[in-house]
Amino acid sequence: MIPELGHFALILALAIALALGVLPLWGAARGDAALLGIARPAARLQFALVAGAFACLAWAFAENDFSVTYVAQHSNSHLPLIYRLTAVWGSHEGSLLLWGLMLTGWTAAVSFSRRLPEVFAARVLGVLGLVNAGFLTFLLFTSNPFIRLLPGAAEGNDLNPLLQDPGMVAHPPLLYMGYVGFSVAFAFAIAALLEGRFDAAWARQSRPWTLTAWLFLTLGITLGSGWAYYELGWGGWWFWDPVENASFIPWLLGTALIHSLAVTEKRGAFKGWTILLAIGAFSASLLGTFLVRSGVLTSVHAFAADPSRGVFILALLVAVIGSSLLLYAWRVPRLEGGGLFSDVSRETALLINNVLLAVVTATVLLGTLYPLLIDVLGTTKLSVGPPYFEVVFVPLMTPVVVVMVVAPFLRWKRHALPAIVRQLWLPFAASLVIGLAGAWGVGVFSVRGVLGLSLATWVFLASLQLLQQRLRGTPAASAVSRLADIPAAWWGMWLAHIGIGVFIVGVTFVKGLEQNADVAMKVGDSAQLAGYRFTLQGIDEISGPNYTAIQGRVQLWRGNQLVSMLTPQKRVYTANNMQMTEASIDAGLFRDVYVSLGDAPTPDAWVLRLYYKPFVRWIWAGCLLMALGGLCAALDSRYRKRNKSEAA
Amino acid sequence: MKLKALIPLIVFVALAILLGWSLRHDPRLIPSPLINKPAPEFALPVLHQPDTQMTLADMRGKVWLLNVWASWCVSCRDEHPVLLEFSKRQLIPIIGLDYKDKRDDALAWLNQFGDPYTNSIMDTAGRVGIDFGVYGVPETFLIDKQGRIRYKFTGPLNADSLEHVLLPHIKELQGA
Amino acid sequence: MKARHKRFLLIGICMALLAGATALVLFAFNDNLMLFHTPSEVAAGKVPQGRAFKLGGMVLKGSFSREADGITTHFTLTDTAQNVPVLFRGALPDLFKEGKGAVAEGSLDAQGVFVATTILAKHDENYMPPPARDAIDKAHATERTLK
Repeated sequence: MIPELGHFALILALAIALALGVLPLWGAARGDAALLGIARPAARLQFALVAGAFACLAWAFAENDFSVTYVAQHSNSHLPLIYRLTAVWGSHEGSLLLWGLMLTGWTAAVSFSRRLPEVFAARVLGVLGLVNAGFLTFLLFTSNPFIRLLPGAAEGNDLNPLLQDPGMVAHPPLLYMGYVGFSVAFAFAIAALLEGRFDAAWARQSRPWTLTAWLFLTLGITLGSGWAYYELGWGGWWFWDPVENASFIPWLLGTALIHSLAVTEKRGAFKGWTILLAIGAFSASLLGTFLVRSGVLTSVHAFAADPSRGVFILALLVAVIGSSLLLYAWRVPRLEGGGLFSDVSRETALLINNVLLAVVTATVLLGTLYPLLIDVLGTTKLSVGPPYFEVVFVPLMTPVVVVMVVAPFLRWKRHALPAIVRQLWLPFAASLVIGLAGAWGVGVFSVRGVLGLSLATWVFLASLQLLQQRLRGTPAASAVSRLADIPAAWWGMWLAHIGIGVFIVGVTFVKGLEQNADVAMKVGDSAQLAGYRFTLQGIDEISGPNYTAIQGRVQLWRGNQLVSMLTPQKRVYTANNMQMTEASIDAGLFRDVYVSLGDAPTPDAWVLRLYYKPFVRWIWAGCLLMALGGLCAALDSRYRKRNKSEAA
Repeated sequence: MKLKALIPLIVFVALAILLGWSLRHDPRLIPSPLINKPAPEFALPVLHQPDTQMTLADMRGKVWLLNVWASWCVSCRDEHPVLLEFSKRQLIPIIGLDYKDKRDDALAWLNQFGDPYTNSIMDTAGRVGIDFGVYGVPETFLIDKQGRIRYKFTGPLNADSLEHVLLPHIKELQGA
Repeated sequence: MKARHKRFLLIGICMALLAGATALVLFAFNDNLMLFHTPSEVAAGKVPQGRAFKLGGMVLKGSFSREADGITTHFTLTDTAQNVPVLFRGALPDLFKEGKGAVAEGSLDAQGVFVATTILAKHDENYMPPPARDAIDKAHATERTLK
């Protein structure tokens, strides 16, 4: 009964979404207040219905209702409750339902914003309603999670063991929050195009939404990377896998968008570009969904692929993106240009960075789609290896970081070149020296090592310098109150930029200094790696709720000191007989030691993979700082003040 | 000026065409190279009487379906009621190829859910499945009177695909 | 005049950037595009020695052996028509098994042995990496047409 209720709620939600997508937009065009008034309640009702459907599916998982096909395929009565609940989004149908939940959730959140003028809000909600209608149609007609399996299965097929990890509990919801959150920025852009109103107030209203989406996407990608590190058992943290790229492309465009929005808000410039990026970021999210769900690209993540779903998403993609780009082409030439600025100004710096980020996006997209292109054109099959992305990414991102350091020092409109050089040359030179010395000192003396360390040092020094500039002329006693006066958005920028520096440190050290070895060991054997001694003390057989495992006891020694006891496992999940490697990690601020258990070449020996990963935590710490920066910026009080002139 | 504003649209259209083409070229959709070729020879023990064997030649002169399934396969459970309904109409013999399965599990499964098969054979080692180019269970092959594979359906059959995809092919072959 | 001058400058910068990025992409493609080959193509001598490529197929039953060091392994990848011997040093993925699909990355040595740097196996019980499946399908197709 409950699954049918969920199914019914979804159908109702589709009807509401259609109403939301049509009536308020029509009302806005005709100036009909009654039709406009439908928008907010409809948006909330739509969310309540999808949330209800989601709860029904979660209930079916919690209660082990194996008469629902999706539950039978992806759960098992021995699965712990927490994973039964996360199994809701463990595969295609459920993760699409999660997408829909997020989309309607964002729509409902917009409906609670009282800062938006009534007509504009109705247009934004209408656009979101249309997107949601398309999406719910897709869900109901190709990927309904509520379909019954009759007669019901006695036992479920279990969740893919790869997904039975705490990281998977939070990764998809956060990622989707970000992905789907760009729909709000998109709807703002479309509503502005429809309305022809495109001013600083518009940018100010759009910014907190975009920042929030961006910060969730950042968190989602970070968690995904951490999950891959723990769970895939070979200590990698980014694989340039097509699905990872599918989340990285919207992130790059979103990063460009939040900066472009800043210029539009402060200076009224880059209007067309900002709109295009807003459309682009959401389009990239949809494209990512297409690539993952249609199965045209195969990767670790591509679960069940179904061509009819691919056709449907492509149609949705064409309808949404095609029509918005058409609208863009029609309306954008009417936008008047913004304020003038000189060659040396903050506008120029942000423009350069935006263009660079767009180029980086294009190269990542190219690398991701190239195998497809070749497959379509001929009979050859090929893949683009991760080195491609690294070779292209590093040289293109280096100037981005350089401009990122310089831009906050530049004034809007015009800045004298000699003045900026005078201000920045000393920390720049110091960073170069520190980078060279540091790289030589720790043994990463290569172009990349020196570049990475110098850039990171420069980011840190320049951040200190920015802070000092803010405090200049302030007596020490009032420094704290002076700091408190700085707008949260500025702190957000400051933190996020430091995050980039921390990230660069992590990548530079991991890439330059990581060590690993695959060794075959018997109980009692020892192996050496990076100054650590690993002793295999024993192998135990243990059993978990839905798996059995062999677990190694590995002592980690440094000199004569026992650092920790590592317990890597090799699990066999009973329901589907799948084997999984669970790595064991001794984590630290400056290094991780990572051990995973391989197969047994002889009955009394095991292959152990040993890794030494210096500074690997800094990679995620940097990303978390970026997300924290996004949070600060999104909470800036000026986005929450209701501006009288805007309300009018 | 106007033209410049169209550039993003043009880029997107090109991308959409590529994606559309790639869908048509989906590697999963490449029809089996075995279509219109003679079906691989096999000699496998019958599930209910493991002492007797069944071969390809036994089916010569008939149009028949080979349905690859296994008790460990969840999508087969989706397909099963559809197949059961279909078998009641007695339009065509359906031979079940129990793929990489244990005999007891398979028998228990057929007892529980019903047996739509005219006859079931066991491919415990999966060797015949490989000969047929099986890469996911369930799969269904339509084989003609001369023992040639005429159609292959990958994934679980549903009432719709049976009625509108498979049945026309069956009618055509039986008429021939 | 000033605005126009600036416009040219901007367009110039963008073009230079694009040119740079294109050059970079081409350069990176040159080294990092990995072609996919089947054992039959390798046996037919279509694959140059020394260049890295991906080899897909099934791990031939009974072909797997391990050297005394415990981590150097030998096995044969087959598309059922042709076989290629493979050498790999390192821990094998969880789902690597004889009779199952696998894709190896590496290159051929002078003796015609495929020296693998990475082995990818399928990720669940019912799934074979599409390149591996493709190899087996193609081999079947050729086999049938020859008969």
